[in-house]
Amino acid sequence: MPTANDEIQRHIFGLLVENKVGVLGRITGLFSARGFNIDCLSVAETEDPTVSRITLVTAGDSRILEQVQKQLNKLIDVIKVMDLSEEPHIARELVLIKVNAGAETREEVFRIASIFRGKIVDVTPKTYTLEVTGDEDKIRAVINLLKPLGIREMVRTGTIAIARGQRVL
Amino acid sequence: MKGAEIFVQSLLREGVDTIFGHPGGAILPINDALYDSPIRHILTRHEQGAVHMAEGYARATGRPGVVLVTSGPGGTNVVTGLTNAFMDSTPIVVFTGQVPTPVIGNDAFQEADIVGITRSCTKHNYLVKDVRDLARIIKEAFYIARTGRPGPVLVDIPKDVSMSECEFVYPESVHLRGYKPTIVGHAGQIRRAAEMIAQAQRPVIYAGGGVIHAGASEELRTLAELTVIPVTCTLMGLGGFPGVHELWLGMLGMHGTVAANMAMNDADLVIAIGARFDDRVTGNLEEFCVGAKFIHIDIDPSSIGKNVRVDLPIVGDAKHCLQRLLQELRSIDKDWKAAHADWLAQIAAWQAKYPLRYHQEPEGELLPQFVCEQIYEVTQGEAIITTEVGQHQMWAAQYYHFMRPRQFITSGGLGTMGFGFPAAIGAQVAYPDALVIDIAGDGSFQMTMQELATAVQYDLPVIVAILNNHSLGMVRQWQQFFYGGRYADSSLEVSPDYVKLAEAFGAVGLRATRPEEVRPVLEKAIRLRRPTVIDFVVKTDENVFPMIPAGGSIKDMLLA
Ligand SMILES: Cc1ncc(C[n+]2csc(CCOP(=O)(O)OP(=O)(O)O)c2C)c(N)n1
Repeated sequence: MPTANDEIQRHIFGLLVENKVGVLGRITGLFSARGFNIDCLSVAETEDPTVSRITLVTAGDSRILEQVQKQLNKLIDVIKVMDLSEEPHIARELVLIKVNAGAETREEVFRIASIFRGKIVDVTPKTYTLEVTGDEDKIRAVINLLKPLGIREMVRTGTIAIARGQRVL
Repeated sequence: MKGAEIFVQSLLREGVDTIFGHPGGAILPINDALYDSPIRHILTRHEQGAVHMAEGYARATGRPGVVLVTSGPGGTNVVTGLTNAFMDSTPIVVFTGQVPTPVIGNDAFQEADIVGITRSCTKHNYLVKDVRDLARIIKEAFYIARTGRPGPVLVDIPKDVSMSECEFVYPESVHLRGYKPTIVGHAGQIRRAAEMIAQAQRPVIYAGGGVIHAGASEELRTLAELTVIPVTCTLMGLGGFPGVHELWLGMLGMHGTVAANMAMNDADLVIAIGARFDDRVTGNLEEFCVGAKFIHIDIDPSSIGKNVRVDLPIVGDAKHCLQRLLQELRSIDKDWKAAHADWLAQIAAWQAKYPLRYHQEPEGELLPQFVCEQIYEVTQGEAIITTEVGQHQMWAAQYYHFMRPRQFITSGGLGTMGFGFPAAIGAQVAYPDALVIDIAGDGSFQMTMQELATAVQYDLPVIVAILNNHSLGMVRQWQQFFYGGRYADSSLEVSPDYVKLAEAFGAVGLRATRPEEVRPVLEKAIRLRRPTVIDFVVKTDENVFPMIPAGGSIKDMLLA
């Protein structure tokens, strides 16, 4: 009986979990114990303060992705898991980028910010700090354009995602 | 009511009659509250022993075993047992004391982050921060341990929680929004399973420990007999199907019978029930059951499709699923016996050609297989058998024919040396009148033999039958086959005199060195009804056969 051996895919999982101490530890512990990757992870309370929502991006073949979902479901503190990549969804990320903005580059930073509908949220004589939201491709594109100008510092939230339409987790 | 008293009252509500434990500062308020309660506390000589006893108790009865230990080293000493229970899906609840809440995180005396340490070896665990949560958490802990795929749950109770007061209300029911095990199998899938079974030419049932946890042995037997399909069990499944039966193939896997492994290899349909395709069963996955389709019934969805691709998954409780499956099968009009006649003839031919075998010379060195077979005969197949881990474990599995579920208690998933003796004590506590025998290796027995004191203190007439080969036999066997006979670190050159050792503890010590001594010694031990160690001095370099080397397949099988 051959094992499943198909290609590696990246999937976004949405989780509802108990908002309790140690829950994140259980989830990350599960990933390290079973040798699964976490590409990125974001967590915050939901409208119900006893529940947190996690968006988790991981990569693996179909057997691994199935195991990820099943193993997460086994955790008592995990209320619900949904593989958002299996259906239409909206994924967004927010990035803050502190970039060199001296006299010669200031115009260019400004131009890039407006193309990407970003905001300049902090200004110094030598730097601009940009805030951009978008999907992964957009974030990657803006980073690539700003790189030559000199990125001093950058911070990303990691992906958050939600299903399209009326379906909820 | 004080936390410690709430603890006692909650356990009584759960029907707990016995606790295995070892006290210490952080848990003393609870030991004190137990002192004049109807719950029996068995004082073990090591916390690992306490957990294995609780496992033995749980495996023998099906009811959760309970452990009570102190903080710090008490907690760290339960980790092996928790991991063992986790791997073998054994329901136990372990309570640890913890330093008082105000000093948690301050590296206080005997503080250990036991919830953090045991996260990956428990089904779930809790730190009780407020006495008002204690009763609810205890209720949840027992519920989680025994439902779904059973497993160990740990509850860490800080000393100040045991000592503070609140009103005692034991919850009526459990509300866990993230935990809803699937019991009822999908009706459509079950119908399709029946169709697949009806179409198969060479079907095999491969049953695991899940059958025993679910109490589904009767259904399994009915399924096999109705459809005339042969059955093999994993190590954990032994006893789930009668070990003497015309459809019985024996155990499968690394040290399974030739017939069981050949049948799996040639099958066109494998019906897996409560088994998890462990690597000791499958060997090389690429070459495992190449021509077969798989039906897999399991209560744990994550067991399905983990190692092999399953054609027909059914998530649910084995007992329930088999009952439904039987209903479907009964409505199929088929002459099963005729349909499987060729297949069964083929299997009978394998069985005739490759039986399990050894040859005991009447004047020769004592053989361990002979001892196991004698234990089977003298006990008329009625004893509860536990084992340690190693060659003796495999011989026990091969030569003792288990007739009923919960009769065989062994460490399967983790393979924990030192498990068998405390597990035997736990089983004996549950069934004081039963005959309980630990078939042990000399290496393993040395890991938890201090529990002799426990057996003597509580008058538990467990028999330890040591197959003493003066070596870590299974390691020695691997070294002979795979390391060119370089016997690094596997000889137990210095060992205690087990007869004197037993006597030093106030137990009975007996010895047999010759074949004709085996039966009388066993009969004597059984007659005495006292904690007894029998030193069977056996041949050092006997090997377990058949053997499929790790990662191999049936074509790599060694027969001698
Ligand atoms: C706690 C633990 N340590 C190490 C091992 C690895 N191991 C597996 S079998 C074995 C030898 C067991 O020797 P013994 O109990 O004398 O049994 P025998 O194989 O001789 O029957 C060892 C060391 C183990 N299974 N458990």
